[in-house]
Amino acid sequence: MEVNANAFGRNARKALLDKALQVALGRTTERFLAHRDAAVAAFPEFEGTRERASRIKLDVLDHLDTYLLRFIEEAEKRGAIVHVARDAAQAREIATRIARDEGVTLAVKSKSMASEEISFNEALQGAGVTVVESDLGEFIIQLAGEAPSHIIAPAVHKSRQEISSLFERHLGGPRTDSIPELVGMARRHLRAKFLSAGMGVSGGNFLVADTGSVVLVTNEGNGRLGTVLPRTHLAVVGIEKVIPRMSDLPTFLRLLPRSATGQAISSYVSIVTGTRRAGDPEGPERMHILLLDCGRSAILEGKYREILKCVRCAACLNVCPVYQSVGGHAYGWVYSGPIGAVLTPLLVGLAEAVALPDASTLCGACADVCPVKIPLPDFLLELRSDIREQGLKTPGEIAAMKGYAGVMQRAGLLEAIERIAGVLGQFFTKGKGIGGLPYPFSGWTERRDFPAPAALPFRKQWKIRRGVTR
Amino acid sequence: MARKFLFSFPDDGPIVTPSGSCAAMVKHGYPVLFRDEPPMLARARAVGERIYELSQYLVDVLGVTDPKSDFSGTVTYHDSCHLRRGLGVVSAPRKLLRAVPGVEFIEMEESDRCCGFGGVFSLKNPQISCKMTERKVERILATGASYVTSGDLGCLLNIGGLISRIGYPVKAIHLAEILAGKTAGKGDAG
Repeated sequence: MEVNANAFGRNARKALLDKALQVALGRTTERFLAHRDAAVAAFPEFEGTRERASRIKLDVLDHLDTYLLRFIEEAEKRGAIVHVARDAAQAREIATRIARDEGVTLAVKSKSMASEEISFNEALQGAGVTVVESDLGEFIIQLAGEAPSHIIAPAVHKSRQEISSLFERHLGGPRTDSIPELVGMARRHLRAKFLSAGMGVSGGNFLVADTGSVVLVTNEGNGRLGTVLPRTHLAVVGIEKVIPRMSDLPTFLRLLPRSATGQAISSYVSIVTGTRRAGDPEGPERMHILLLDCGRSAILEGKYREILKCVRCAACLNVCPVYQSVGGHAYGWVYSGPIGAVLTPLLVGLAEAVALPDASTLCGACADVCPVKIPLPDFLLELRSDIREQGLKTPGEIAAMKGYAGVMQRAGLLEAIERIAGVLGQFFTKGKGIGGLPYPFSGWTERRDFPAPAALPFRKQWKIRRGVTR
Repeated sequence: MARKFLFSFPDDGPIVTPSGSCAAMVKHGYPVLFRDEPPMLARARAVGERIYELSQYLVDVLGVTDPKSDFSGTVTYHDSCHLRRGLGVVSAPRKLLRAVPGVEFIEMEESDRCCGFGGVFSLKNPQISCKMTERKVERILATGASYVTSGDLGCLLNIGGLISRIGYPVKAIHLAEILAGKTAGKGDAG
């Protein structure tokens, strides 16, 4: 996917003016959050489970190579073919080769954010393979020619009316605003695709090292249908999704649906272990697993390695006041919200996404809800310092910060400025707020007043009072 | 600045600040800044042990139960992110407010939701910041309180700025002004 993260400011302003988007965003994030909070409140073991999940993931990061090798060995033992892609270009090459070798012309795909990283659909379509998204949200935005704006609710930005129009245009049939009827239209359209597709493509929520299994957590059942009906199953998964043992899976299954949608468990949990064996009633005859590095092993070596603990639940998006205000597209790449503000610069390069670490008030709400305890605000702050160290700050900003620090270290200078500001402030504002400051404060005072400086600065008052009382 | 700060105060005794984000910066931010300088790191940690936000100091250290304030009015309270999440100070300011006889304290909805200030964030993304502030001010107005207070100057500057521009019938003042009583402060903060 093309990176447009440095246009965050412009895209955010556009999003703020989009009334339909604002309504959709508010409704969805609040519903997810309310359900999440209720689910966590009803699950007293949440804290302990979170702690355990975090520890398991840290262990995975410490021994990622070992667990990956084990996963590959176990998966191949059970008939799967495992591929590893260093970067997006290589991943596209492997994916198209698989489709060609398997003689696929139509593929049905269940939701996968990792596949967005490598522009999977575009690559396969370029090679003559039709890819149909089968997750309802993904299906909607595929019809609209858009990218997902939320990790688990990709069409969160779309209103019911927009979806009605899209379906009317692309699927034919009478226009309807009824949700069950819209779902029915999508189901009928997709059912035919499932039955004729040569390949089912999925992501993977977890890779289980000791059994070689790919675990899919879904609510629509499209993931399961796509992995059992077509002859070939291709799973596209980031290397960090590996967990050591099948016995670790329940820990994560207790956390992921609760954090994502507030469900105690998702409607479907599919554990795909190898190809169909003799006597199996269903399952793919051929199974490929495409493991994506795409910048992950570089992250593993550095100070942000804990970001690789992420299970993509999107709780940090739902709770983030910035995400709630602007939605996912403003972030300009695959991942949005706090996780996107950290992960995007790390995966696409800091220079391509300098705007993102600043797209947060560092309020800390994300860290409160993260089910694997990723210190997201600390990472955002750390990235801001990397931006400065790598010379990516504008000269104006550097000068402003230096000037500020310079004044703040000189009490006499600060007092002089306070005195002058006090006199000028009282004279010009007559004690009222200041309504129009020059750039870079102009945006601030567009809809807010800045308080007029006090006639007598605090430090002066303090001195006088101490003088009086002593 | 951090270096200067760490040598600006006497070597013992508490350091009290009326701003949760300042205390959180010293306590949690400074050790990160000096993580590669062991002597400064030790000093940052030592100073961090001694720094308190005002309400935290009054309630948790001094054990104040009666602030002896003659302030009167209906008051709602905004949780500063860094005071609440950074320092874990939730009940101290509420205890103080409830202990002032003339104060009618009303909790607002989403009191712990960020007001949108975020320092440089509000300069770089003023529209998003304002959107967040508007939601905060809506919640404040819904309480019908005459005053909104907080333990952070950044939040008060921001919330007060929007209130002042629109001319809403509520005033953003610092908790210290309420504790000082109606005769002491005319409300320069915010």
